[in-house]
Amino acid sequence: MKKFVCCALAAAMAMSMVACGGASSSAPAASAAGSSAAATGDTVKVGVLGPLTGAVSVYGINVTNGAKMAAEDVNAKGGVLGKQVEVVLYDEKGDETEAVNAYNKMVDNDKVVALIGDVTTTPTLAVAQASQETGLPMITASASAQAVTETGENVFRACFIDPYQGELMAKYAAEKLGAKTYAVLYDDTNDYSLGVAEVFQETADAAGMTAASVQTYQSGTPDFKSQLTEIKAANPDVLFIPVYYEDLALITVQAKEMGISAKLMGADGWDGVLGKLDDSNKDAVNGAYYCSQYAPDSTDPAVQDFIKRYTDANGEAPNMFALLGYDAMRMMLQSIEDACSTDSAAIVEAMTKLEYEGLTGNMTFDENRNPVKSAVILTFENGTTKFVENFG
Amino acid sequence: MKFASQIINGLSLGSIYALVALGYNMVYGIVGLINFAHGDIIMVGGYMVYVAMVVAGAPLWVAVLASILVCAFTGIFIQQVAYQRLLNSGAPRISLLITAIGASIFLQNLFQMLFSSSGKSMPSMITGAPLNIGSLQISRVTMVTIAVSVLLMAGLQLVVKKTRIGKAMRATSEDAGAAVLMGINTKRTIVFTFGLGSALAAVGSVLYSSAYPLITPYMGGMLGLKAFVAAVLGGIGSLPGAMLGGYLIAVSESLTKAFGLSKLTDAVVFGILIVILLVRPAGLLGKNTKEKV
Repeated sequence: MKKFVCCALAAAMAMSMVACGGASSSAPAASAAGSSAAATGDTVKVGVLGPLTGAVSVYGINVTNGAKMAAEDVNAKGGVLGKQVEVVLYDEKGDETEAVNAYNKMVDNDKVVALIGDVTTTPTLAVAQASQETGLPMITASASAQAVTETGENVFRACFIDPYQGELMAKYAAEKLGAKTYAVLYDDTNDYSLGVAEVFQETADAAGMTAASVQTYQSGTPDFKSQLTEIKAANPDVLFIPVYYEDLALITVQAKEMGISAKLMGADGWDGVLGKLDDSNKDAVNGAYYCSQYAPDSTDPAVQDFIKRYTDANGEAPNMFALLGYDAMRMMLQSIEDACSTDSAAIVEAMTKLEYEGLTGNMTFDENRNPVKSAVILTFENGTTKFVENFG
Repeated sequence: MKFASQIINGLSLGSIYALVALGYNMVYGIVGLINFAHGDIIMVGGYMVYVAMVVAGAPLWVAVLASILVCAFTGIFIQQVAYQRLLNSGAPRISLLITAIGASIFLQNLFQMLFSSSGKSMPSMITGAPLNIGSLQISRVTMVTIAVSVLLMAGLQLVVKKTRIGKAMRATSEDAGAAVLMGINTKRTIVFTFGLGSALAAVGSVLYSSAYPLITPYMGGMLGLKAFVAAVLGGIGSLPGAMLGGYLIAVSESLTKAFGLSKLTDAVVFGILIVILLVRPAGLLGKNTKEKV
């Protein structure tokens, strides 16, 4: 199936290339365009911006390496618009001023047509602001704050935002687990927890599920027995707990002790919970489901191939950010191809209509330029994390 | 049944509050000091259990014993190093109070340095099938927590009422000067009181970290404060009062959360404290004695 879709996509891309060739008056045919462009040394310049040194460099290095691999892959297949892609890479050291300076250099000196970046939220916001002047199409691989894409019509992102996970898990509960009733337990002093829980409830209600019990707590207490007693009495099919792993460890142990039978579900804040559970308590999360953007043990052959190639090239295994960087670059290049042009407005227009099948899921963009994409569903089995499926 | 479960949740947590409150009560009764480092003794006890069971792989009873010994030692050490001189020199109470807060912060930072600020997971210590009465289910941890603390409190009552050292404690509490004249070694009595209170806190820490198996260097802060409220509510200086206060505070917490008002939990607890101080300043079971001048 996947192979077939890939072939179809490739075919579609080839067709669009032909279409571009026909539309433009200078290039006679798509097949010939590649060689003639290479002969003239003409390239499509795409900026890549990220912290390659400093405290957050681990994210930047992964994102930029992923993005470079994507450009190499596309170049190996003929590039975009019949030209080779040239990556213009700048290190912004995790600093917003450096980031804006680098951005200005890219636009004024290097004449990039699009930007993959930035990586962390604060510099990304600064760059997004700066980009409003020219409307340069940009996509961040990893900045998850809602405000980033709200800056302007030209700003996109490849990672999903936190509340989206609530929507995804509600759908998973309804469609895959066949849940009819749900309970929620969340920390209402924490934006992440509150946001994910609210969206979960909205989506679950819309999907026809009934709320059996909605419980809150405030971070700092280790005691959840009162809330769990209420939840147990309500006897829901699923219990959604969008909290961070330390609280989660305490909650799941108490839920086990009280004999709560509901399926436990959560979001990416669950990463790391096994480290906060003693071996004697690891069974407390057995069979629970949570979502993430990436699973190293994914059964997707494209992901496994990427992990292998990335590890061979860089000497260390990629993390989630490398896959998001790869996807961000591929999405941008595909949009340039679809737009048949390197004009900013045309690329942005093509981005909004993009349908892309990537390493971190199949995606399109919603009206806020956030990806609507599948997530990785993970579960726990005998004290280890296990990949279940891609969903969404 | 849900209501009964919530009461039992409260009794379980209340037992731990009561054990800690006893430590506040005994020390306050004898030297008139609110020992704010007492909550952190629980944290020390929790980490001792962690070191014994997880790091060294010792069985539970060794861990409990180690925890009791280390806590008693820590309690006495703080008394000797930090409080003794202030007490002897008749320093104002505010100096003692500030020293106690200092000792508390010192312990928190020391353990943060030793074990980092991220939580350590504890093994499950009390396992076994829950008790089912109709549809009411009581977990093994809850049963053991309530039983152990009631037994300890009864034992403490016996020690205070029936033994020589208990008599010395009561005499020192009544009038330290007169007690010295009667040939009571008040210094030794004070040391014993600190040690005993800390040992009870150690047992509290074992029960607490068994019910809530993730310990941090700051876990003693709020727990100590709640236990202090319990001690004041029950009547500071009164041992049955500490028990009563612990149960009342924890049950009201549990019911507040059960009514979906978890945000108000602390407001309710401290609101009770304010009301009690206004209506009955000596606490529910406290003796209303005038301050001697």
